[in-house]
Amino acid sequence: MKILVPVKRVIDYNVKPRVKSDGSGVDLANVKMSMNPFDEIAVEEALRLKEAGKAEEVVAVSVGPAKAQETLRTALAMGADRAILVETDELVEPLAVAKILKAIAAEEEPGIVMLGKQAIDDDSNQTGQMLAALMERPQGTFASKVEIDGDSVSVTREVDGGLETVKLTLPAIVTTDLRLNEPRYASLPNIMKAKKKPLDTKTPADYGVDVAPRLTTTNVSEPPVRQAGEIVEDVDALVAKLKSMGVA
Amino acid sequence: MTTLVFAEPHGDSVSDATLATVTAAAALGGPVHVLATAAGDAHAAIAGVEKVLVADDAAYANGLAENLAPLIAGLMDGYDAVLAPATTTGKNVLPRVAALLDVMQVSDIISVEGPKTFTRPIYAGNAIATVESSDPKLVITVRTTAFDKAEATGGSASTEAASGPGDAGASEFVKLDAVKSDRPELTSAGIVVSGGRALKDSETFEQYITPLADKLGAAIGASRAAVDAGYVPNDYQVGQTGKIVAPEVYIAIGISGAIQHLAGMKDSKTIVAINKDPDAPIFQVADIGLVADLFNAVPELTEKL
Ligand SMILES: Cc1cc2nc3c(=O)[nH]c(=O)nc-3n(C[C@H](O)[C@H](O)[C@H](O)COP(=O)(O)OP(=O)(O)OC[C@H]3O[C@@H](n4cnc5c(N)ncnc54)[C@H](O)[C@@H]3O)c2cc1C
Repeated sequence: MKILVPVKRVIDYNVKPRVKSDGSGVDLANVKMSMNPFDEIAVEEALRLKEAGKAEEVVAVSVGPAKAQETLRTALAMGADRAILVETDELVEPLAVAKILKAIAAEEEPGIVMLGKQAIDDDSNQTGQMLAALMERPQGTFASKVEIDGDSVSVTREVDGGLETVKLTLPAIVTTDLRLNEPRYASLPNIMKAKKKPLDTKTPADYGVDVAPRLTTTNVSEPPVRQAGEIVEDVDALVAKLKSMGVA
Repeated sequence: MTTLVFAEPHGDSVSDATLATVTAAAALGGPVHVLATAAGDAHAAIAGVEKVLVADDAAYANGLAENLAPLIAGLMDGYDAVLAPATTTGKNVLPRVAALLDVMQVSDIISVEGPKTFTRPIYAGNAIATVESSDPKLVITVRTTAFDKAEATGGSASTEAASGPGDAGASEFVKLDAVKSDRPELTSAGIVVSGGRALKDSETFEQYITPLADKLGAAIGASRAAVDAGYVPNDYQVGQTGKIVAPEVYIAIGISGAIQHLAGMKDSKTIVAINKDPDAPIFQVADIGLVADLFNAVPELTEKL
């Protein structure tokens, strides 16, 4: 079985995003970019399934600018076997990404497509579910545990009320949550080796997908800023404050 | 334009998340219908709802997106928009509906600015985007803390059975390990007491956080670090990728205030922080801060309240 792992290049999670003064977006010039943290978890899970003998090949794919090659090299350095870059300078929305992934899945025939549950830039939380719909396959979203058993996969999902388990017939789409695993760091020798691993470059047109956006962002603004309040001396002062607010 | 709200499954009653979503739906201007998988009469009592569609087929009872998405998509000939709360159910099901309709979903809206224009937080709430859809139909998830709840009673909607293709066959619900608790629901509680990594382990968390929450009648939340370390279950996590809360009072105890945590609670009316580090970022958003060791301060606070 093959596992397809889509990865996205996004602002590093440690960087505080700054809104551009002209309201056109978030300033990404000279900002550290990394693999979306949920996608790292997806790569790690795919590698663990391969190491456990449940999968033969892990293929990483990214839809994005030429620089997304770096993100794919990170996936290769972690242990993915090969990579596909679908290069475009457009901002591609989840629906169009899902269409491109569907076309790639038709060629690659993966048993599982393992994606991050959301990207920490647009926070959309859509691509995996959309891909599952387009492929007419089942989905296990927000996974904290993934167990393959023959031709099905059992997925434990982090839901609002606790943990839910679903059983899906393969091929299936899985999206990862934070507690699925802790991704490995790529070692230096593996980073060197990754440079020689195959990386194909394609375009959305190669897959016949129109990436024209359906949503227009007309403005991006700063959220209302909270002012720091007051530091109280001791617990008594805190109690007095809370009581004056009608709490307890 | 008529709008459909996909109700959050909530046993035989109506979820607060659904009530907030009805308010968002009403802001689009047209009549509001609700699709419920149970409790049709309870949903028919929501003020402002014109009609309730009830799909009480076993295939829809467990929230499986594979079955629900074709049901909802199949109803959309009669609607211009479908909204669901941005709960784990809504987030699971609605993008699947959007793809079936070839529509780009607008996720997690916090306001309705026009018939096809909305605002939504991006970058963990560090920026607010105004987006306009050019799709013929709208598929939207709603950040429920950003909208007032519709009145749960006073309405008198008609009810009607709805049916769809049923069981798609490729997925099966196995079980839900639900965390049982008599506390208020985290996302709709008036007061939330949250603990972080500083609480050390599950016993210590329980020993220090629970009595304070009991005294205040509060819900309990946690940082990702506290959940990862197993102090509390996953559904306690507040943040960018956990639950979004906006209570009257949020008390953060031994939580540093990482942007991912702030994303889930910074719309709280009053934020109280107890942290021993005066430079902890949480104090930059707190209305009331106490620099203290929580192991002394929290028991004293619990006692004196
Ligand atoms: C993709 C991604 C998504 C994430 N999503 C979330 C999310 O949804 N929610 C979330 O919370 N985090 C999230 N995080 C994690 C986030 O970045 C932080 O790591 C996390 O919030 C830290 O938790 P904490 O504040 O409990 O721990 P720490 O940052 O370790 O802070 C502990 C605090 O306790 C204080 N302290 C220690 N001892 C005491 C004492 N005795 N008395 C008083 N104070 C004390 C310390 O001064 C410190 O400020 C995410 C991270 C990533 C990468």
